[in-house]
Amino acid sequence: MKLELSRVVQGGSRLGVLKGLGRTGQHSLDVPGCLLYTRCGSAPHLTQDTLHTLSTLPSVTQVTLSTIAEHQEVLEECKDGFKKFAGLHETVLYCSLHDPAAPCPTGHTTNKTVSVWGSGGRIELSVAKFMALQRAVRPDWYQSMADGETWQENTSRKRVRKSVDRTLAHLDECLLVHHNTQELEGVEVFGVVEGGDILEERVRSARETAKRPVSGFCLDGLQTGSMNQSLRTQLITAVTQELPEDKPRLLQGVGRPDEVLACVEAGVDLFESFFPFQVTERGCALCFSLDVSPDPELAGTAPPAVLRDDEERDTAGETQENGDLNHSDQTQMTSFEIDLNEKRYHDDFRPLVEGCGCYCCRNHQRAYLHHLLVTNELLAGVLLMIHNAAHYHAFFAALREALADGKLDLLKRRLLGERRAETGTKD
Amino acid sequence: MQNTTAPIGQTNCQLQVHDVTFSSNMAAAVQSGVNAETLVNNMSVKKALAAVPPLTLQIVAECPVTKARACDLILPHSAVSTPVFMPVGTQGTMKGITVDQLEGLGCQICLGNTYHLGMRPGPELIEKANGLHGFMNWKRNLLTDSGGFQMVSLVELSEVTEEGVKFKSPYDGKEILLSPEKSISIQNSLGSDIMMQLDDVVSSTVTGPRVEEAMHRSIRWLDRCITANKNPHKQNLFAIIQGGLNAELRKACLHEMTKRNVPGFAIGGLSGGEEKDDFWRMVTLSTDYLPPEKPRYLMGVGYAVDLVVCVALGCDMFDCVFPTRTARFGSALVPWGSLQVKQKQYAKDMQPIDPDCQCATCKRHSRAYLHALFKSDTAAMHHITVHNIAYQLTLMCSVRQSIVEGRFPEFIRTFMKRLFPSPDQYPSWAVDALASVNVTLE
Repeated sequence: MKLELSRVVQGGSRLGVLKGLGRTGQHSLDVPGCLLYTRCGSAPHLTQDTLHTLSTLPSVTQVTLSTIAEHQEVLEECKDGFKKFAGLHETVLYCSLHDPAAPCPTGHTTNKTVSVWGSGGRIELSVAKFMALQRAVRPDWYQSMADGETWQENTSRKRVRKSVDRTLAHLDECLLVHHNTQELEGVEVFGVVEGGDILEERVRSARETAKRPVSGFCLDGLQTGSMNQSLRTQLITAVTQELPEDKPRLLQGVGRPDEVLACVEAGVDLFESFFPFQVTERGCALCFSLDVSPDPELAGTAPPAVLRDDEERDTAGETQENGDLNHSDQTQMTSFEIDLNEKRYHDDFRPLVEGCGCYCCRNHQRAYLHHLLVTNELLAGVLLMIHNAAHYHAFFAALREALADGKLDLLKRRLLGERRAETGTKD
Repeated sequence: MQNTTAPIGQTNCQLQVHDVTFSSNMAAAVQSGVNAETLVNNMSVKKALAAVPPLTLQIVAECPVTKARACDLILPHSAVSTPVFMPVGTQGTMKGITVDQLEGLGCQICLGNTYHLGMRPGPELIEKANGLHGFMNWKRNLLTDSGGFQMVSLVELSEVTEEGVKFKSPYDGKEILLSPEKSISIQNSLGSDIMMQLDDVVSSTVTGPRVEEAMHRSIRWLDRCITANKNPHKQNLFAIIQGGLNAELRKACLHEMTKRNVPGFAIGGLSGGEEKDDFWRMVTLSTDYLPPEKPRYLMGVGYAVDLVVCVALGCDMFDCVFPTRTARFGSALVPWGSLQVKQKQYAKDMQPIDPDCQCATCKRHSRAYLHALFKSDTAAMHHITVHNIAYQLTLMCSVRQSIVEGRFPEFIRTFMKRLFPSPDQYPSWAVDALASVNVTLE
């Protein structure tokens, strides 16, 4: 893979294209961008028909060992790798370790192993088993095995140091096996930067990982809920200073739009797209505004595409304030969404988001979605997943456009402005 | 041997209009091959249609051996080829499937439930949403049942009186009366193309005077339903023949109900746990006395054998939750029975569910993948649902094709051979039923 940057803000955001992806090298991914989040190769709730109602799909599909480790035997028998097994054609496959939307129990990591949780329980992975899995999966690229169990409150310095040491050791071992494995020829490896919330450890991890022959970097242990954004920004900024400019940086476990934007400013290129799935699972629809174009015709009038009028601002008590240290559940609703479970939508015949071109908004109304949620119908998940994915991808497109036009600040104000005005407002 | 798994929506199931005595613009245009759906948008056609009954049945072919027919059922939203299987979308949705997917499978008519939708979100809201069609954005036909069966099967029954059925709402405990008038009122709000009368539903395993009482009451309720229908020019009210497993009661009901000028008849009170030997005899008795120029709808039937046999006995329309419900449990329907995808034996099976099936699931995915996916995501259920609907619709399409081509008995024999490992495993009721219409299996 080759990262071609068209615009770099000093010590910060980058805009460009990640090219040469896939075995034949013909795929590319715009940066900053997101991967397509899947569970066992399927975008949640979606079959190919419903998935392909989305006009723009990320060219890279993410699959996690959490959802496929238990199928190792089948994959080995299948011989042609996970893409063939899952019927994934024409996509680049990235294999990560943990599922960002499924929190896993801690306390099972050792010096030589990490664990993932499948449907049947815990699966312990040594580097040997981890690499055997990669050989069976045959991704186009994968993250090396890593110990990222540093996000809990009061993780000791010693524990953080251990996670950095172990992760580097795992990386070296993985690379050794990688270069001796024929099935992994042409497959690329990302090193994983750990370090918890300790600056020195983060820098050490970044420096050391950068010395290894990896194609890019995963930033781990920074997920939503583990620390506030200002600390995250600080750490990422320090880390990216140690990393080569021409290799991509993938941030794991962060998906909220405001956090994404802040991390892009700190130098992150790629994100996982599990956030729209989490929004879907709570029966919510993403609806934050993406429009930052100052239309001269509308100067002095109310801003266009105001997607949430005062009526819709949900109770502030439910949301997190920007800047708060919050280890709370990632499943808490944010201010970027509306909750279709609420009674007020039962006779709201507007689409989820006016002007959204997704299948759900073109064909259905809020009242219908509300009904589906109230009656516990499976179609709710299908339709919300389509809309939330579409909106999220559009967000990244808007992000890139704002970067290209030098309007990132405007987008930031738009995003945060919606949150700030919302804070403390009760219906 | 004809391919019995013809792809959905292919030309071998196209409309063929033989009889040109019908004067409606719709029928004439359909004859000339114009898409019936686009016609409805034409204003002058709309006016002409207002003067035309909302249901027209054209018999395209009749099997010379059995009582089977292949027909074109012209309804307000689109034409339906019969015999037809109607999937059930209880609460205004086919579970997990979008209307586009359903349309893509070739479905022309599906069901909604008056009871469920009457409770949530309620008829007033659905009316505001432009009827159930508007609410769920389904552009083809809808059939709603009366709510009668759900009341009996789902709900704590308080009392059945001449007035209607009193029961307790499961959502707020309030007492509700579902009368013929109320049921029709809800169905008028839903705006379905076919509505069912409210019938006095009695389990098929019940015997004695209650059965007779229910049969007579159903006739009286039919008349009340006919009177209550606000939209006879747009919505077709079907009668439901009752009488339990008693031939005399059935005949009496048939005799009375066929005097009423309703556009279609359903055969009710069956498919509820009775012996199959009794079941088929009541079906064939009913079709013997029902007018051939009106559609016959056998309620609650959906197993492949039952469908094929009852087509031979003269039924045109069927509905059942089984194919879609069983899909969600991982059971995929195939010409040789069913396949429980979640079972260990399929964990490494790289074949599709049915190598001959043209559905989206079978074209892309293997049993092994679906087996694995069931452990991770709901999409697994949706894949099987798509397949099972495709299976049912393809089956009916093949049945129709064989009737049109005059080889239905041969089709039946091939079908049974494929489905059962050996002739001694053929269900005896099916053998008897088919024999009664001149089809001998080996």
